[in-house]
Amino acid sequence: MDTNMKRRIFLKGSLAASAIGVALGAGLLAPKAVLAAWSEAAFTAKKMPDALNALFGTDMLEESGSIAIKAPDIAENGAVVPITVSAEMANVESISIIAANNPVQMIASFNLGEGGVPFVSTRIKMGKSGDVVAVIKADGKLYTAKKGVKVTIGGCGG
Amino acid sequence: MASTSIKIRAKLADDEVTVKALMTHPMESGTRKDSKTGELVPAHYIQEVKCDLGGKNVMTAYWNGGVSKNPYLSFKFTGASKGDKMTLTWVYNKGESESGEAEIS
Repeated sequence: MDTNMKRRIFLKGSLAASAIGVALGAGLLAPKAVLAAWSEAAFTAKKMPDALNALFGTDMLEESGSIAIKAPDIAENGAVVPITVSAEMANVESISIIAANNPVQMIASFNLGEGGVPFVSTRIKMGKSGDVVAVIKADGKLYTAKKGVKVTIGGCGG
Repeated sequence: MASTSIKIRAKLADDEVTVKALMTHPMESGTRKDSKTGELVPAHYIQEVKCDLGGKNVMTAYWNGGVSKNPYLSFKFTGASKGDKMTLTWVYNKGESESGEAEIS
């Protein structure tokens, strides 16, 4: 990407940000409304069932062989653990990634929109060895799969 | 306001668009201690990433500080053509937001 393109993107970014700032200042948008969909309860919960209940209203999970989790068997650096979750399922509404032994287990949740394909990939922090759990909501039901990851150096403290 | 730089690639193959995005951001969870002062570093992370294509939402991600520093994100969707423009908008835990645009190639 050349410098000009970068600048354009940067300018667009700042314009969009300031537009929201103006809206906030004018009282047109309450901060709560802007962040309505991010669930504080789910993303700060210290226990997995609490997080699931906050996000989905239930913690009933059904194990599924149709979910594939790609993660390293051994992660040397817990600060950066690449995770890919995909599924051979229809009508997938969301994919959530959970690290079972982290202080806050729920890490990311991806809601698929129109045309969304059940595939997400990101990098997460893991405090210590444990299971990476994927929870997929499809047809209103929750399906799950997990994969153990051994962490050599934890990535949550400092 | 700290500005996040972002790189976005969106490639169409077999009707499926694969988006790859890499942001530059510390993703402070709020539980890490500063090694010099021993005080907690305040939470500062990207909390929401939204992808829109021609006014329709194709993906919204919700995160906390458990996502690694300099977050990487990849996802796929169908129903787009080459040359279509998609927008990624991300919102910080303090409420500010920024966005970037990419053309599907």
